[in-house]
This record gives sequence, structure tokens and C-alpha cells, in this order.
Amino acid sequence: MSKVPSDLKYTRTHEWLRTLPDGSVQIGITDHAQHALGDLVFVEVPETGRKVSTGEPFAVVESVKAASDVYSPIRGEVLEGNPELAATPEAVNSDPYGRGWLVRIKPADALPALLSAAEYEKLAAEEAG
Amino acid sequence: MARRTPLFPLHQTLGARIVDFGGWDMPLQYGSQIAEHHAVRRSAGIFDVSHMCVVDLEGAQARPFLRKLFANDVDKLEARGKALYGCMLNEEGGVVDDLIVYFLGEERFRAVVNAGTRDKDLAWMRRHAESFGVEVLERSDLAMLAVQGPEAPAKVAALLSASGAERARALGNFFGTEIDGWFISRTGYTGEDGFEIMLPEAQAERVWRSLNAMGVVSCGLGARDTLRLEAGMNLYGSDMDERTNPLESGLSWTVAMSPGRAFIGRAALEAATAAGLKRKLVGLVLEDRGVLRAHQRVLTPGGGGEITSGTFSPTLERSIALARVPATAGGTVTVEIRGKTHDARIVKPPFVRHGKSLID
Repeated sequence: MSKVPSDLKYTRTHEWLRTLPDGSVQIGITDHAQHALGDLVFVEVPETGRKVSTGEPFAVVESVKAASDVYSPIRGEVLEGNPELAATPEAVNSDPYGRGWLVRIKPADALPALLSAAEYEKLAAEEAG
Repeated sequence: MARRTPLFPLHQTLGARIVDFGGWDMPLQYGSQIAEHHAVRRSAGIFDVSHMCVVDLEGAQARPFLRKLFANDVDKLEARGKALYGCMLNEEGGVVDDLIVYFLGEERFRAVVNAGTRDKDLAWMRRHAESFGVEVLERSDLAMLAVQGPEAPAKVAALLSASGAERARALGNFFGTEIDGWFISRTGYTGEDGFEIMLPEAQAERVWRSLNAMGVVSCGLGARDTLRLEAGMNLYGSDMDERTNPLESGLSWTVAMSPGRAFIGRAALEAATAAGLKRKLVGLVLEDRGVLRAHQRVLTPGGGGEITSGTFSPTLERSIALARVPATAGGTVTVEIRGKTHDARIVKPPFVRHGKSLID
């Protein structure tokens, strides 16, 4: 079973969001998503300062098999992409909610309605089923 | 409804992720695709290749039939059990399929063709076999396993009788023979030592489990693809098809143009050569980070080209590809990935052989 930490928010497209003490939002892909993608070998994160809108593809995760877009769950400005992933893309597989985070964003608005851990867990279980 | 091999229930039990491949439900991976890849380079892995089509060609005129059907020279097959790789071409010189042909006896040859082209291949063979009185017999009673990697010969030998093990170990590269009721050949699609085993389908699961118990890792089509690409081996339907000729597909070495040979497609290849070949298939190594993928555009001073197969190479830890480019291309070219250009270097495949990088 994939891990779904209870303190995070989730999207239907398998991103997670964590609000940090400074109000910025850290975003990554879920354990369920990394498992479905398989071994990641390349991650492309957006440049600092880029303005992104909700639903816009803002990062790419590539497994041995295929490249997949990651969509921004919110509107805002990119504060940083995870600089470690250029050398260690496999961190997204091994630690998707920790060292494998993708992007930190300064949100332009209050967070929209997102899935709770329980709601996401149900969605992931249905997809895996 | 997709077709399934006799091992399909075992793949499910082993937790494989199943994908459609050429109309077959096949295992993509059991766990980590990269770990499966490394197992074959470093120790041994086992693949279900029962979806491939085994065809026996029987009749007094089997050899003359293959002189016409096969673009490689079947007369290179002098020793019993010897195998030969090559293509069947259409009249336009396009590749109908690539295949391995084994010499089992003067009136009996065995061909192994691709899964996705099975029906058209059988129809093509039968159409041309008729006038030679050759029977085209599909051997769907056989399962086929590939056991590949530096430790594969020892692992397979452990499944055989003492005399059988000795004969398997003595098998030369690209030779096959009947051992203990199985047809065992020293062939593969990985660039490593190993065997392919054709056996009655009822025995396949037991053999698979025995090999697992000896530490041979279950491997899926994902690892099979990265291994074959590192080994510089073409995949039919990606790197060549009926619209490309073997001379523009890196397969000139499989086309025997010696005088007097009258195989299907020869006239078209001679015309293409006389007119000057416009394209060639080359290897690419990406100089930057990123992953080369099929259908990305390649830019060269002599015109555009296209990647036909691309992946991340687990052995080299960088991206590699096969690409069809203008015949004049050389040195460094540019590849477009998501609208950005990246440098890639043209190299001569294979990229990896017997676990070692052949690229500087």
C-alpha cells in the first residue's frame, strides 16, 4: 500500500502540497504516483521566478519508460525547484514526501479546495484496484 | 482480447505490471526495472519470450525457399544447429520482419519471428513456400524463455542432466540444439551471454521457479528494451519496418549481396544503392541531462532526422538512442526535447557489451 501522510493536501492528478511556516507551498508527487511511474531517471523543475497558473504543467518527471508532466495545483511564483534532483532523481522514488519534493511556490491566492489524505487514499486505492 | 503466454498466471502471482505488447498481455516489470536490467548485466535474469513466434519450415526444398525469402545467405548455415540473423524483405526492399533462422536438418529449418508481426509473417512465408512445397508449421505448443547474463550458462546447466549440461556449456555462440527434450540456443537480445530455451509449455512455470530459486531475477519487457538498446539491437516497428530498407536501418551486415543470389527485395536494394542511400541509422549519446525518446527530432547540417528508439541507459547512466539521420551526418547533432535543443554525439552501436561500456 502506498503512503499518504495525513498532514498534507492532495490533488486528483497525484501531487501533494505542504504549507511551510513562511507561507510558501512545497509540492511533490505522491508515493502512489512514483510507484506507478517506476524508476525515475530525470526530473525537470521550473526556474525560480516563473509565474505558474493552476493546472499548468510546470515540471516533468521521466522514468525509464516515459516522460510525465506534473501540474501546478495552484497559481503563484516559483521560489525554487529542488536543486538536488538533477543529481538524484531517484529521491522522488525513495522519499517522495521528503527529499523528493519538486517545487516551492509563493501562492498568489488562498489554497483552493484540495483532497484530504483520506480522500486521496480512496482515489489511489480505486486506481490501483 | 489480448493473447497470453502460458506463464501469464505466474507473472500475476509474481506481482508483475502487465502491459499490452503487440497484442499480448506481457510483464513490463516485476519490481524495479533498473534493478532487473543490472541483474542481467551483473548476474542473471529470466524473460518470458513465449509471445515470439516459432515456425518450423519443412520440406526437401526448405533451403532453396530460404534463399529466396531471407536476405541473409542461408548457405552460411553449414553446421547443424547454427543460427543466422537477418530480414525478410518485400519487393520494395522494406523489412517485413527480422528473424533468426536455425539449421536443424537439410529438410527442416526453424525461424523465430516477432510477436506483433506473427500473422503477416506466416501469411508471407506461406505465400512464397507453396511453390517450393515447403510446409510452414507454427509451433504454438512451445514456450520460450530467455536466460541472460554472465551467470546464465551455469544456472541453466544446473537444470540439465550431467551430459546435457556439458553440451549446453559447449554450445557456440549462435548455435542451438536439442538437450533433454528442450531446444536450447546460445542467443539473446541483451548483449550478454545466455540461452534461449524452447520447451513444452507445461514445463515453463516449473523451470521459471527453479531459476528464481537459484537467484535468477524475473525480468520484464522494460528491462528487455533498455538491454537491447544498450546492445545496439534494433526493435522491429520502431527502428525499421516495411517502409525502411535494411541498408538504412544499420542492418547491411545481414544482407548477403553475393552474385547469383535472388532473394526478394534484392533488385530494390540494388536500385537504392545505385541512387545513393539517403539515410542511415546511428547511435546517439546525449551530452546533457535528459532522456532521448522515439520521435524526437534530430537536426543536422544535412537535414532533419528522427530518433527511432531512445531511453535512459542504466549501465552508462546517461541517455542513448538509435536515430535515422541523413547519410552525411557525423560528429555532434542537435536533438529537440520539449522545445529545447540539446547536443548529442553520433556513435557506432553497440553502447554496451558484456557489461562494459563501449562509449568514451
